[in-house]
Amino acid sequence: MHEYSIVRALVKRVEEEARARGAAAVGRVSVRIGELSGVEVELLQTAYLTCRERTLCERAPLDVQVVPAEWICRSCRSTIAPGAALRCGACGGAAELRAGDEILLERIVMEVDDV
Amino acid sequence: MCETCGCGVTTMLPVDVHDRILSENDLQARQIREHFAASRVLTLNVMGSPGSGKTALLEATGRALAGRRVIGALAGDLATEHDAARLTAAGIRARSITTGSACHLDASMVHHALHHLAWDDLNYLFIENVGNLVCPAVYDLGQAANVVLLAVTEGEDKPLKYPVMFSKAQLVLITKIDLLPHLPEVRVEHIREGLARVMPDPQVIELSARSGDGLPLWLEWLQRHER
Repeated sequence: MHEYSIVRALVKRVEEEARARGAAAVGRVSVRIGELSGVEVELLQTAYLTCRERTLCERAPLDVQVVPAEWICRSCRSTIAPGAALRCGACGGAAELRAGDEILLERIVMEVDDV
Repeated sequence: MCETCGCGVTTMLPVDVHDRILSENDLQARQIREHFAASRVLTLNVMGSPGSGKTALLEATGRALAGRRVIGALAGDLATEHDAARLTAAGIRARSITTGSACHLDASMVHHALHHLAWDDLNYLFIENVGNLVCPAVYDLGQAANVVLLAVTEGEDKPLKYPVMFSKAQLVLITKIDLLPHLPEVRVEHIREGLARVMPDPQVIELSARSGDGLPLWLEWLQRHER
């Protein structure tokens, strides 16, 4: 259940960013979570509902964009299909994860009062 | 809207951040890694299920290298200091990190524990993570490499069930191979095939901490990665 500790770090960071810009509240939080990041999106949402209480994120929904895993060959850079051994079909090179392990805070929509 | 006089309206301001949610952990891990590199300590994050043989492996390593290498360990557990006591008895300079309810170690726990362990003269520092094949994979601790243990008693399909953990391993140790004669349904080739489907560059050693089979290969791996 590391999702709780991830969400605590997320809410803390969002609040810091929001306060730095004098925002009264946060309207929306967007994150990108890789398929191979080790984070369960459903657990993340549940943890977020708990952790956002009494914070600037209280009314802000959490948008989660899931990023599929993408393996490529370290040597010739061609795509390696998952499901079989992670070896390049073209040159036999070892694989490298190009996308799919990210746990990223992408964007915060803040509510700022006009003066 | 302004609470004092009711003037103005609220504007929605989008702010792009594009940063790792665990950036605070990552920063701390980076600092730890720099300290270890400067002191030439090889630090390994040792992970695996509860009962995969992490402590037994470190005990066997400590005994095999007694008088030849200075070894330290941080033993992460939800409760008890049993592992640290076992490691100390095997000649390892050990300290436990009791995590309470946390299912993994993070960089700040390691950082605090290092204040209570003399580490700069160590050749190897093993960070024995909490027994768990999910959560520990997410946190960088400042290690040079991840070593994941998989006991033959856990069955053949662990790599495919827990791909994230194995995809992040630089080395997988298939442990308790002395028990294979009692497990006719488990084939090591099948475990290796599963690992090849989830690990980008699988390095695998089969060993038994009890019989000592394969242990020299592990000790050679350590020596090859010394700083």
